[in-house]
Amino acid sequence: MAKENAIGLEKTAYKGGKSTLCTGCGHDSITNHIQTAYFQANVNPFDIAKLSGIGCSSKTPAYFMSKSHGFNSLHGRLGPLATGVYSANRDLKLIGISGDGDTASIGFGGFAHLIRRNVPMVYLCYNNGVYGLTKGQFSATAEQEAVLKTGAVNPFQEIDLCAMALQLGCGFVARSFSGDAKQLVPLIQAAIHHNGTAFIDVISPCITFNNHEQSSKSFVAVKDHKVNLQELGVIESQDEIKVDYEEGELQMVDLPDGTQIYLRKLDSRAHNVNDKFAAMRLLENTTQSQELLTGLLYINENNKSLGDKLNTTDTPIRNLDLASIQPSNEKLKNLMKDFS
Amino acid sequence: MEKLTNKANIRIGTVNGTGSQSSNTIIIKSLFRMGVPVSGKNLFPSNIFGLPTWFQIRANESGYTSFSDEVDIVVAMNKDSISQDVDSLKAGGLFIYNSDLRFDEILLNDEHVHFAVPFKNLVKGVTDSIKLRKLLTNMVYVGVLARITGMDKEVIFSVVEDFFKSKKSVVELNQQAIEVGFKYAEENFNKDFYIQFEKRSPLADTVLIDGNTAGALGAVWGGCGFASWYPITPSSSLMEEFENYANQFLLDEKGKKNFAVVQAEDELSSIGMVIGASWAGARAMTATSGPGMSLMSEFVGLSYFAEVPSVTWDIQRTGPSTGLPTRTQQGDLRIAHTMGHGDGKHPVLLPASPEECFYFGKLALDVAEQMQCFVAVLSDLDIGMNLWMTKDLSSIDLGPIQRGKVLSAEDLKQMESFARYKDVDGDGVPYRTLPGTHDDKAAFFTRGTGHDESSKYTESSEKYEELMLRLKRKEKQSLEVLPKPVEKKSDQNASLGIIAYGSTDQAIDESLSILAQTACFADYLRVRALPFHHEVGVFLAEHDEVIVIDQNRDAQMKDFLVIEYPQFAGKIKSVLSFDGLPVRAKQIAEKISEVL
Repeated sequence: MAKENAIGLEKTAYKGGKSTLCTGCGHDSITNHIQTAYFQANVNPFDIAKLSGIGCSSKTPAYFMSKSHGFNSLHGRLGPLATGVYSANRDLKLIGISGDGDTASIGFGGFAHLIRRNVPMVYLCYNNGVYGLTKGQFSATAEQEAVLKTGAVNPFQEIDLCAMALQLGCGFVARSFSGDAKQLVPLIQAAIHHNGTAFIDVISPCITFNNHEQSSKSFVAVKDHKVNLQELGVIESQDEIKVDYEEGELQMVDLPDGTQIYLRKLDSRAHNVNDKFAAMRLLENTTQSQELLTGLLYINENNKSLGDKLNTTDTPIRNLDLASIQPSNEKLKNLMKDFS
Repeated sequence: MEKLTNKANIRIGTVNGTGSQSSNTIIIKSLFRMGVPVSGKNLFPSNIFGLPTWFQIRANESGYTSFSDEVDIVVAMNKDSISQDVDSLKAGGLFIYNSDLRFDEILLNDEHVHFAVPFKNLVKGVTDSIKLRKLLTNMVYVGVLARITGMDKEVIFSVVEDFFKSKKSVVELNQQAIEVGFKYAEENFNKDFYIQFEKRSPLADTVLIDGNTAGALGAVWGGCGFASWYPITPSSSLMEEFENYANQFLLDEKGKKNFAVVQAEDELSSIGMVIGASWAGARAMTATSGPGMSLMSEFVGLSYFAEVPSVTWDIQRTGPSTGLPTRTQQGDLRIAHTMGHGDGKHPVLLPASPEECFYFGKLALDVAEQMQCFVAVLSDLDIGMNLWMTKDLSSIDLGPIQRGKVLSAEDLKQMESFARYKDVDGDGVPYRTLPGTHDDKAAFFTRGTGHDESSKYTESSEKYEELMLRLKRKEKQSLEVLPKPVEKKSDQNASLGIIAYGSTDQAIDESLSILAQTACFADYLRVRALPFHHEVGVFLAEHDEVIVIDQNRDAQMKDFLVIEYPQFAGKIKSVLSFDGLPVRAKQIAEKISEVL
């Protein structure tokens, strides 16, 4: 018998439709990691809403968790869509899938304001530096001097979405690689439990348009330059797992719902994940040294979520009964005195 | 001069940002409480401080309260607009002005009756505070005007009390300023003028309110749970009032909000949030004006094609582009009905009064959820931001909240299968489920791309055509829940028909009475929604000539009629008014005579 998670579901309950992406696409690996993470995080697919913009990445919510409602919306509009969905039902677990064109160009404004409002959700940006669906133009996350398959050189500076998210006050910022299940699964799992927008920039090479020798976001280039900050693990509140570790070896991070993240340092650079400035500096330094820094960069569980900022009721608005959403006629009658 | 009782058009010219709004509100409310039908129109610049601004109060015992450019009384408080104010006043009109303004008296017109008032000196006796003097100066003209026109001082004082509510010292100070003006007029202008106001029995079951506030109340009492917006004149007050009243009336027992309002980063996002919230099961709306409508187009197309309910209030201002941001127009009819690329028409509601704004505030949410579509409510600056007399909103029956075809987990358990876009009932309207529904059949994948009945991606030509034809059937089906036109038949057997919509309605009765004086009689049909109901075609068929009144240059309503009823195209004529001001009854009557 297949293994069940703490809510009695097998992993197949998290499966989705068949992918129509290019064979070998990094995005399909992420799809697998998402399924594993939600299975391990014991989330009921009925309580999940999968949201996306437009692009190769935004198609993927159709390929995981078919028992969840999904909404493949408009190019660049994941941010506002998610804000509305959350506002109507704050009990839903939101996962948003976007790409570098979707997030860093057409939807940049919405992305910034989603983070600013701290809408609780897992936000994954599948970052490959090119527009795949329109056949390989540069995106805004392509490094300056990056070279296209056609030989075209990018004259513009890249937008670092993690640095951007940090600056905007995001309380969960991470970077990972589509091929690194060991790192990405626990990152997604931790993100699910974060009370606010959890942003993960996932480098996911485009096998068709940006995997050539000169590309800085090819599988080979990523593997050559990738630096893992930490080894990560998540202990679910339902789990009765004990982690053996020596004093000073692990950093433990408590999430509000009782989940714990543990981090074991892998890189020579010491990094405190609660230190935003250190995260900024580290990003800047590694960009200059042409290293691809991955891992959990920053976490802060003290930011209020949008619902708490707005002081909205604990009951999802969509579940409120008629009496709660429609005041009495008596009250209107009284109010009308102000207008006579 | 012929004695005018309870019949005057008062124009008050002030400087933008000097607090004249309180004084003007007190005048209009006092007349209203005296039982005199009134309306109040703001003519304001796109500016926060310093430019000329006017408030026009039309009091009319016959109930004709539409905007009029024939002015009987001017209160001139702004040096920069003196000559304009003089020119606006009819011969024999009363010209009350601030004699401290130091303008050349040659500007005055000998045909007017003049009232020079030294406001600066008068207000000195009321307070020592220089800051307050500025505000109270405007209160002094309330007293002057009241004395000259015989307004009831007790009524005015009661309005001041209600206006400033609990702040006793403020009430007293303002009453004092009014008293000073009143006394000055009594001592210096000791004449019985031909324009007088007299107290009548109260206007029963009537309130004085602007359309944006009424629309906001309609949404609060219509079960709106989510609202998002990006500030834009003249729609901002609709959302501000929604939040204001929701904060008073939609709280849970812990004082937390049973609704959410999010001020968005732009209109792309405000409609995007509405679509997200609706999809997840809240009744949701946004409000904007022309430029915001342009930005919302892409999401509206998604709302149409993916069948997610959404509501946008468009408080129309003068376009195109930024246009005249503080002037009124009906220029967004076309975009509202056809928003988005590709095929598709959306239901449009056309309120003609605050009362209807209130009613449509709830109805728009009903129609959006029942038809799973985008609904536009096309109000305009005139209804939205001006004070109209309207039926007491609490006496309007909004009817039960309609949530449309939403399946719960319990419903699904009784069903063998569920397909999101299957036309089960044959009315073009499918069933939907909300995220968070715990049943194996509940989930579906919403997309703006081609989809089959189960919401699976498809590029099949047959499936696409099938879907587009069903959406067309749904457009027709929406007529079942949209408000029918209202017809007012002439008591003569009229062969002439007039079609109008929205705020124009305020002037039509008066226009018809003017036309009747020249033995020209017409039946009047007011369209309240797009697409057209059957009754519109019947009206066209039954009249030899039909004149359509549009407040836009392109005759947008007329165009829609000609497209829908090409067989009657030859007898449909157009009357246009697109100068940014509310239509004038006389102007409309003259234009109608011209085209006949």
